[in-house]
Amino acid sequence: MTAREKILGRIRAQKKRGPLAGADADLLKQRIADHARNIVPERSRLPKAGQVDLFQTKMEGLGATTERVASAADIPARIRDYLSQKNLPTRIKVSPSEILTGLGWDTVPMIEVVVGAGTEEDMVGLSPAFAGIAETGTLMMLSGPETPSTVNFLPENHIAVLKVSDMVGAFEEAWDALRAAHGEALPRTVNLISGPSRTADIEQTLIMGAHGPKTLHVILVEDGT
Amino acid sequence: MQVTSRKFKESAHEAMADEDLRAAMNRIRTAFTTARADAAAELPEFESLRDQAAEIKDHVLDNLDYYLEYFEQKVVAEGGHVHWCSTAEEARQAVLKICRDANARTVTKGKSMITEEIALNKFLASEGIEPIETDLGEYIIQLADEPPSHIIGPAVHKTREQVTDLFHEHHQQYGYQDREEDPEKLVGEARTVLRHKYVTADVGITGANFLIAETGSTVIVTNEGNGDLTQSLPKTHIVVASLEKIVPTLEDASTLMRVLARSATGQEMSVYTTFSTGPKRKDDIDGPENFHVVLLDGGRTEMLGTELQELLRCIRCGACMNHCPVYHAVGGHSYGWVYPGPIGAALNPQMVGIEEARHLPNASSFCGRCEEVCPVRIPLPKILRYWREKTFEQQIGPQPDRWAIEWWGFFAKRPWLYRQTTRLAARVLSMIAGDKGRIRSLPFAKGWTSVRDLPAPEGKTFMEQWKKHNREGR
Repeated sequence: MTAREKILGRIRAQKKRGPLAGADADLLKQRIADHARNIVPERSRLPKAGQVDLFQTKMEGLGATTERVASAADIPARIRDYLSQKNLPTRIKVSPSEILTGLGWDTVPMIEVVVGAGTEEDMVGLSPAFAGIAETGTLMMLSGPETPSTVNFLPENHIAVLKVSDMVGAFEEAWDALRAAHGEALPRTVNLISGPSRTADIEQTLIMGAHGPKTLHVILVEDGT
Repeated sequence: MQVTSRKFKESAHEAMADEDLRAAMNRIRTAFTTARADAAAELPEFESLRDQAAEIKDHVLDNLDYYLEYFEQKVVAEGGHVHWCSTAEEARQAVLKICRDANARTVTKGKSMITEEIALNKFLASEGIEPIETDLGEYIIQLADEPPSHIIGPAVHKTREQVTDLFHEHHQQYGYQDREEDPEKLVGEARTVLRHKYVTADVGITGANFLIAETGSTVIVTNEGNGDLTQSLPKTHIVVASLEKIVPTLEDASTLMRVLARSATGQEMSVYTTFSTGPKRKDDIDGPENFHVVLLDGGRTEMLGTELQELLRCIRCGACMNHCPVYHAVGGHSYGWVYPGPIGAALNPQMVGIEEARHLPNASSFCGRCEEVCPVRIPLPKILRYWREKTFEQQIGPQPDRWAIEWWGFFAKRPWLYRQTTRLAARVLSMIAGDKGRIRSLPFAKGWTSVRDLPAPEGKTFMEQWKKHNREGR
């Protein structure tokens, strides 16, 4: 008998029943298909403007920085200013996503844009978020050919771009948006990111930048909503 | 890991004399408990979410076979593999086989209690494969060659000086000659040393906080981001998880996420929550080529349908130990196996045998704080009482304890005799104590009187005073 058979057999013996079938199994199948929501915190139920405010408050409370821009075309100049204020290198690793690579980088010639996946030597990474979750100040990032997940983790400084139209109140709304965009099967990784990396493993002293990025900056694009 | 639960009393005595450990435990008692209370107060729905979290886990445990098969089917559909393992040995062999197939020489690891449970590091090292822990706390105790002392803060017992010494000893090979004491610089050293290990490792091993049946995803939460680097850079990703981690849907996972970090560290969310589903897709430019889930039973299915089933709700947040006066006093290592604190005292007797872990059910003052703060409302005191009864029934408790209980039982069953004896005892103790009202030393009670005085009864028993009270009609 295989371990699989043994384990399933033990579960059924302990529960004093056979395999679930017929109506019992249909009920469970339906429970999964329904994606029924449990309690969703009231704080997430806000109009869009309130969601954006809550997101920014939460994100900044977690040690990240945020800014709003009126249009995506403003992003290269804002990034140039951000890098210079923070005294960061001007070479940035950018996800191979049209949303970012299609921006007018030629207007900021001092910035060296390198498109691809994250690597060990990257100091700054720029990637697009799939959604923002206001409830806790959380970014939802998806992996894919245009959005390699390593850009979110390897560079010491991470800049994420989030369209205000992609802001939702609660996790449940983000899952529905993901299902609508991607079908029922998830991409290889879905990364929920709430602030920059940290550790408190030495005498519970909080230190930023344990293994992931030391800084996180979120640029919110007000795309006509 | 080597089970030392049998030596609980000796270990606890040693731990209580350890000044560094005292300081560390004080930090837990204040920091974690305050943070949890604040986080709970910030969310009006927190108590109802705990109820739902417990209901979700109960539902899963009642239908575990169905959800496991559903999960497996989804993992396979996304190009991953599921390895079912009844025992720790089967799980070790499954991991080894995958590592061999990948020609692995080094393996990076995210934090995983299940790999502690199956003592994976020692096993891999004995097979010539170098395991490298990447969570900072796990890395520190790996250098120190010690087991974790807390579920979410494995190195909480280590002082900054001890970390300084460990890094000074082990990081010279990487060119760090100075003895660094600043925590920020220590973290920086570990970051740089481990960064290169992520990139060169052949296999990355992580645990799982949740397994999602709906999508075949495995979920980890970290604050450091080490789990993400561990699983996205090597060619092969192995998830080692126990089978009760399963939840039906993303919505159910969201409910559990809302209580997990709040209960653990008082954060609303850990910094990184990562859902992994299968290996890299055809056009992906990063990610592992192979995705394996090693699914461990390890004695858990035997708990289903028994008095112990509720223990399988546990989401390993550590709140019970953060709030336990006994854990605060004796630290994590005294418990003698992977899981410390109230959850360890309740779970370890099942996992390593009640004979070995017979002292653990007594490592409780029954104050009930563990149950009060448990995000999935596990009735830990009830389960500890269950184990106390078992040790008595199976006659494996210490003989003096058994005599004491039998002696007490004899009187308790004879109320008249009980009242006369307690009357006499109260008067004798009161006489011994004299005017001070305190007793400095008493035969058979050295455990108490060697470190503090025993407050003496004032002369009359409760029953006597109660009768008097009623007679006087007050």
